[in-house]
Amino acid sequence: MTTRLQSEARRESLLLNMGPFHPAMHGTIRIMLEIEGERVRNAEVEIGFLHRGFEKTCENKTWFNLLPYTDRLNYVSPLLNNLGYALAVEKLFGVEAPARARLIRVLLGELSRIADHLTCVAAMAMECGAFTVFLYNIKAREFIWDVIEATTGARMTTSYIRIGGVRADLHPGWREATARAVAETRKVLKDVRGLLDANPIFLKRTRDIAVISPERALAYGWTGPCLRSTGIAYDVRRAHPYLDYDDFEFEIPTGERGDNFDRYLVRMREMEQSLRIIEQAASKLGASPPAVMAASVEPAAAIEASRSRRERRPIRLSPNLEGSEKAVSEDILAAGPWAAPPKEDVYSSIEGLIRHFQFFMKDHGIRPPRGEVYGAVEGGNGEVGFYLVSDGSDTPARVHLRAPCFHIVAALEELIVGLYLADIIPTFGSLNMIGGELDR
Amino acid sequence: MSRNASAFNSVLGWARKFSLFHYPFVTACCGMEYMSAACAHFDLDRFGAGWTRFSPRQADLLIVVGTVTEKLTPVLQTVYRQMVDPKWVIAFGACAVSGGIYDNYAVLQGIDTVIPVDVYIPGGPPRPETVLDGLIKLQEKIQKQDQDWRWRKRRS
Repeated sequence: MTTRLQSEARRESLLLNMGPFHPAMHGTIRIMLEIEGERVRNAEVEIGFLHRGFEKTCENKTWFNLLPYTDRLNYVSPLLNNLGYALAVEKLFGVEAPARARLIRVLLGELSRIADHLTCVAAMAMECGAFTVFLYNIKAREFIWDVIEATTGARMTTSYIRIGGVRADLHPGWREATARAVAETRKVLKDVRGLLDANPIFLKRTRDIAVISPERALAYGWTGPCLRSTGIAYDVRRAHPYLDYDDFEFEIPTGERGDNFDRYLVRMREMEQSLRIIEQAASKLGASPPAVMAASVEPAAAIEASRSRRERRPIRLSPNLEGSEKAVSEDILAAGPWAAPPKEDVYSSIEGLIRHFQFFMKDHGIRPPRGEVYGAVEGGNGEVGFYLVSDGSDTPARVHLRAPCFHIVAALEELIVGLYLADIIPTFGSLNMIGGELDR
Repeated sequence: MSRNASAFNSVLGWARKFSLFHYPFVTACCGMEYMSAACAHFDLDRFGAGWTRFSPRQADLLIVVGTVTEKLTPVLQTVYRQMVDPKWVIAFGACAVSGGIYDNYAVLQGIDTVIPVDVYIPGGPPRPETVLDGLIKLQEKIQKQDQDWRWRKRRS
């Protein structure tokens, strides 16, 4: 098969294949290049190496069960994808999460955003040779993931944000853990800016390289840090506020030139803003309920206890392992058909068990009203939008993902033409291509 | 195997297990955990596998990290063929092991359908501790296995 590049290439040009397994192509993408000396004369990008059939798979899952698939779209910040999906379904139901759940969503969402940006900057810097930055950033990410893990039970793919709220309350030690993560991240950000901002090697490879005009960026449908680097202050959190972002004080950093360096700088400054939001959210959040685990009743022992007829005492489970105690679930999960029944009921009464099965079994489960919705959140890379079509059944008729990456990578061909071969690496790094989101 | 040969076998195994040059075939989510495992916090380097080679020709250990789709399968096979013997393969994460939650038209249902695999690390994605455990398991395997060295091969 002749590719577009091959048919357009001059006979004397050298054609070069970059990827799908080039070390700098984090994830898998193939860039075919026509080069003239060291200059890129023409380029063609091939995507789809990580096409996992997300959208089609979702049509065969129930509304609730497809949540884990959304984790794996932008796998660097899974909570933000969960949030996008949950908000879209909530829109369909016409329900809003309780106040505490909204704050928890903001807190963990911003932590995820920092993890996302840290990873992007880490990879970009490493590919330019700054391996120290990579190690520092991944170190900071570990502290952030400690908070996420203790609350959600998983480091990355959490499926924590549920339709109508969140799965569990924050873990008992979250305040200290968050404060530590914020402090460590601040330190790392300061170090990284010290290492890179005035670094001549880094500047040579990023300043005025791969410049895009605001008009072209908009024409491609760019969003997120990449668009903001061109000077357009479009942020879904401000433009179409969701959760309680109206109540938070934060700035939207923008760049001026739209080059690689601005994309790096916007991400760095955005992390600082996210840290501010986290601190505000932490001060607004009240203390989490004390751990019930302390009563030395393990889940298995609790189930055992419920089987004896004499003991009628309620079963106590950890808020963070099961997370849907009746007592706390109202604060974090709006009551309704979309919420999984509390575990106490499931383990102690037949009605609760029936409700549990009806919630999780196929052909039962959640049934949102007929209709179409589009819900979007500001993800790590930009506007993560879910377009959902409901036909009133327990499975979505159509799920479409508006992946920010897809639009950004679309501009890659235009960006790299005319550059040196080596400039492709930082350019590609600064765009932050995420395979799961790009190829779905 | 004579006693000397057996001793040499053991020494060779020891040397090989602590100098694994690995090639990360990173495709998806598990790559994030691979990064965590390889960086300072969990430090794959403690086990002699810190030297990431981004060329399969220089690597002994192929770590297939993440989902391998049908479209990517020929690439994986090519990479595997480019590696020189002795070589080992780790399937990292549920998707590489069995296709994971992606049981559909696009995803290869386990990389062992196309290349041999030595160690399977389950999890979606696995925690870094699991990764280290998998690596130690591979090292045990390397230590115990019948090493091939060139002159022995020639004789047989």
